[in-house]
Amino acid sequence: MENKMKKVDLIFDQVDHLAILDKSLQRTQDEIILDVIESGLRGRGGAGFPTGLKWKFAKNEEADQKYVICNADEGEPGTFKDREILTQVPDKVLAGMALCGYCIGATEGYIYLRAEYNFLLPMLHKAIDKFHKELKKRDFDFSIRICSGSGAYVCGEETALMESMEGKRGEPRNKPPFPTSSGYLGKPTSVNNVETLVFALMIAQEGPTQFKEMGTFDSRGSKVFSVSGDTPTPGIFELELGMTLEQFVNEFGDGDTKAVQVGGASGFCVARKDFKNTLIGFEGIPTGGSMMLFNSSRSMYNILNDYLEFMEEESCGQCTPCRVGCQQLVKGIEAVKKGVKPPAYLEELQKLSDTMRIASKCGLGQSVPNPFNSIIQNFREEIIY
Amino acid sequence: MSKYKVNLKINNIAVSVDEGTTILEAARQLNFTIPTLCQHDDLCVAGNCRVCVVEQKGARLLPASCATPVSEGMEIQTNSLKVRQARKHIVELLLAEHNADCTKCFKSGYCELQDISNDYRIGDHIFLDLVKEKDKERDISSPSIEKDDSKCIRCQRCVRTCDSMQYVSALAVTHKGNNMRISTFMDKPMNDVVCTNCGQCINRCPTAALTERNYIDEVFDVIYDPNKFVVVQTAPATRVAIGEEFGMEPGSRVTGKMVAALRRLGFDKVLDTDFTADLTIMEEGTELLTRLKEALVDGKEVALPMLTSCSPGWIKFQEHMYPDLLDNLSTCKSPQQMFGPLAKTYYAEKINKNPADMVVVSIMPCTAKKFEAERPEMRGSGYKDVDYVLTTRELGRMIHQAGIEFEKLEDEKYDSILGESTGAAVIFGSTGGVMEAALRTAYEIVTGKEVPFTNINIKPVRGMEGVKEASVKIKDAKPEWSFLEGVDVNVAIAHGLVNAKILMDKIKSGEANYHFIEIMACPGGCIGGGGQPMPTNMEIRKKRAAGIYEEDEAMVLRKSHENAEVTEIYKSFLHEPLGHKSHDLLHTHYTPRKRQ
Repeated sequence: MENKMKKVDLIFDQVDHLAILDKSLQRTQDEIILDVIESGLRGRGGAGFPTGLKWKFAKNEEADQKYVICNADEGEPGTFKDREILTQVPDKVLAGMALCGYCIGATEGYIYLRAEYNFLLPMLHKAIDKFHKELKKRDFDFSIRICSGSGAYVCGEETALMESMEGKRGEPRNKPPFPTSSGYLGKPTSVNNVETLVFALMIAQEGPTQFKEMGTFDSRGSKVFSVSGDTPTPGIFELELGMTLEQFVNEFGDGDTKAVQVGGASGFCVARKDFKNTLIGFEGIPTGGSMMLFNSSRSMYNILNDYLEFMEEESCGQCTPCRVGCQQLVKGIEAVKKGVKPPAYLEELQKLSDTMRIASKCGLGQSVPNPFNSIIQNFREEIIY
Repeated sequence: MSKYKVNLKINNIAVSVDEGTTILEAARQLNFTIPTLCQHDDLCVAGNCRVCVVEQKGARLLPASCATPVSEGMEIQTNSLKVRQARKHIVELLLAEHNADCTKCFKSGYCELQDISNDYRIGDHIFLDLVKEKDKERDISSPSIEKDDSKCIRCQRCVRTCDSMQYVSALAVTHKGNNMRISTFMDKPMNDVVCTNCGQCINRCPTAALTERNYIDEVFDVIYDPNKFVVVQTAPATRVAIGEEFGMEPGSRVTGKMVAALRRLGFDKVLDTDFTADLTIMEEGTELLTRLKEALVDGKEVALPMLTSCSPGWIKFQEHMYPDLLDNLSTCKSPQQMFGPLAKTYYAEKINKNPADMVVVSIMPCTAKKFEAERPEMRGSGYKDVDYVLTTRELGRMIHQAGIEFEKLEDEKYDSILGESTGAAVIFGSTGGVMEAALRTAYEIVTGKEVPFTNINIKPVRGMEGVKEASVKIKDAKPEWSFLEGVDVNVAIAHGLVNAKILMDKIKSGEANYHFIEIMACPGGCIGGGGQPMPTNMEIRKKRAAGIYEEDEAMVLRKSHENAEVTEIYKSFLHEPLGHKSHDLLHTHYTPRKRQ
């Protein structure tokens, strides 16, 4: 792989979204879904579920109504790419939703918009009205509404998101059943990230090959990254997947990068010694886009503490491992720092975080161990002393 | 519906179960117990405490066995090292946020968290103590229910009970993360929210976060006060449940032992709420017939169907939720509240006691009765009619404290007077019982004959179906009741407030063509009351109900109007049902309440 990283322009490229839709409506649902499967596109929100499969499952369900939900809750600390996508290319997002609706047999779509993004509402409503008119001209039955979130991080989790949409407390559901069989209002639902929908649209235009040829075996295509922290060039960049962290840091670091937090507060912290061997992608460290760089002036204790306090507050609180576990981790590292508990207590906490990973109800509690274990392992001294 | 079978292995043992069965249920079929806390047989699945996690071969996560349906070829380990570690951690975490003052806790010995903790020998307290509410005052604003957040493990059983069984939702989850807790609307005190005091939340709380307000010490104080004459009354449903407090089978009929124990506790007289249950039938039955006459003969605007008023949880529910239908409620007080004023007037006179020196204690299967006794209108005698209300559980505790070996007691009989009762009174304890008792008497008043059911067992009104309907045709009515000749008397019965709502909505919409409806706030009626021994589930409630009906069949007299003491009290004191005295002592009025 060449040392220079490849920048891509699939997401923000202005295209004739209606032309793509028109072309797609000439094809069968199965053809499009097969293309999406073939492309290797995986969900861009972070979890990375194969998009084409999700659509296929939803399509195969028999139901009087199905739903498409565009997950624009973008709550992961350090990600801000969906906001930019919605601002720059809202039409592509809407067309991506319509495409999904066509494929799975849904006539209703919702954008679940992060509460803090409500300033986008007038612009989005305008775009939706325009889009609806175009669909009407084509006699294509699909409508989109916006559902505004209320500020809870956990509502980015797809089942909590649907509970929130139904007017209930935003708490993740038990799975199975999965949303593709029983989702919003108990109907088959495909929940896709903003970026994923745009990629799907682009794959529908270009065919699967171009996308598939980029990236690596498990991580096809490109990805929009939100770069922040100690970097001279913070911002949003669409990059081909498969780069190493070293390549990334060479491009974005300030020359003194000691660690990169890949994937936000629920992601992993990679220390300088591992930059070379760490691939950004599903075979290495996946990310929903958040890339936070830290230089040597930063206290890793403070960083971990911030992440844990965030999780402690943002846990929905229903399941024990997450609700109490997060509190134990926050208070535990403080106790070690203050000498109330011996350094060996960190091992107890790591065992606890292993339990949280396998016994928590949803992705929130299951991923708190990511930052915890990676920071403790890499920066143990900074936590203790 | 025939179901597909799913084959799986649990702890290497092959089993074939119906599709849709959870791992937990499948394990139970193989006699493997998996510990649970948030799971309750009466409630929908939550899957939030996570103590029931198991290991599934090939899966990254440990599924919660209560919330995960079986799938073909699944291989489950319920006690692997991985499971044990996770389960211990989870219990440790729960203990870290639980105020584990077990030695002084009312729930000690009955606490499900304590049980699991004991099983896993958890005592090291690896993790930090997180109990925030330890010093916070407990919420004792309600006369019925005590709420102690420092004991709460956030399993949400109470929330699900209050919502899905009772349609009240007084308790709900508020806040999130480390502040997540079970609270009321705007964090108001329990006494200031729409709570019916039914206590079903208490029955399902695995710890002591929700308990009844207990008055054991207050009752012992009056028992040992030489200036007080303390009489005790026992509700029908207590006699088939109190045995459970001493390890006996649910439904064990221990009326005689209970009487003996009460006497040994030092109560001056042991009397029976069953007596006033029979009296209720005379009053309520007459009220129903009067309303029917006014409607059918006099053409008056009368509120029909008439609704029973024995269950104080139901009364408060209606006051909050259907205040516009309060006229449909029978004006009869509940048997407990009929007993109080009679004890302090009629009985006080007979035994020559000053009612000011009398204390009336009730043993009830119910927590709402505690609230009922505090109602300002319940002072027909000029004094507080019922001074203390204890639950079946509190009585069990008193007997334990007094060192009385309940199981070995010889049966004793109630004192007279206010101690005699019939089988019709006993069945008040089970859903449909008031209806059956009323029909046995009313039919006979109208026709002079027994109800046309084998052995006067009116089977259609019995059983655990949420809403029951029945119809009894009046044949050969006596001349004075000729307007009822050939009339189908339509009745309905609901137990559990979510079922009450179904009937009330029918009345509201005008679809209902019932004459008389019995409603009990608690599932199964009083035998499933909020003051009954724990645990509770459908099987236990059925056994208690069976005990009730056995008790009925064993009685010589099984119709309220045959109760000789009842005949006597009408002759010498009340004169007639719905008469002037009755109006003063045995009937009441209701208070419309808001829904917030």
